[in-house]
Amino acid sequence: MRHGDAHKKFSMPKSQRRALFSNLTGALLTHEQITITLTRAKELRTFADKMITYAKKGDLNSRRLAAGFLRNNEVVSKLFSTLAERYKERNGGYTRVLKSGFRYGDCAPMAVIELVDRDVNAKGAKDLARVAAEKAAAAEAEKTEGEVAENK
Amino acid sequence: MATPKKKVSKSRRDMRRSHDALTPNAYQECPNCGELKRPHHVCPKCGQYDGKDVVAQKVAK
Repeated sequence: MRHGDAHKKFSMPKSQRRALFSNLTGALLTHEQITITLTRAKELRTFADKMITYAKKGDLNSRRLAAGFLRNNEVVSKLFSTLAERYKERNGGYTRVLKSGFRYGDCAPMAVIELVDRDVNAKGAKDLARVAAEKAAAAEAEKTEGEVAENK
Repeated sequence: MATPKKKVSKSRRDMRRSHDALTPNAYQECPNCGELKRPHHVCPKCGQYDGKDVVAQKVAK
């Protein structure tokens, strides 16, 4: 009988599992699309959907429950503003899991998990902004350097 | 130690191996870029799935 097999244990104690999925859920909600192993992606759906359900309820208790799991205020505020608004009309099924080949090294089946109706610009937004800022700073520095050389 | 009493004939050996064949990997052409890809998988070449759905675009450097 395969009773009670709905969830995987991922060969780790409950606390580590909780920490892992807390981090993965945070990453998914921030970037709106992440690539992880297929099994983790399938398990992550339940956590992500639960967080969005909290967000749609929107009261203080749900907010505290979400914050207690996610432990990241940035994600919680995004969840309770943009994501709650986006999924107002959708009843569950906020994520999509797509298979994407096998990882080099251990041949683990990989998957892309994304939020349905995702914001394409959310993925790696912080890094892109940082790179852009660094480039702008470098260009600015070169410009002033050139001016200094001219003044000499 | 237990040892085989008789040499296994070619016929017996081959009959044993009749179930050992490997199945080839399934593949299909990506409807977008024509590259071969696994069925029900995101295309590793163009990052598309289900025709229109663009996921995980690989930006060439």
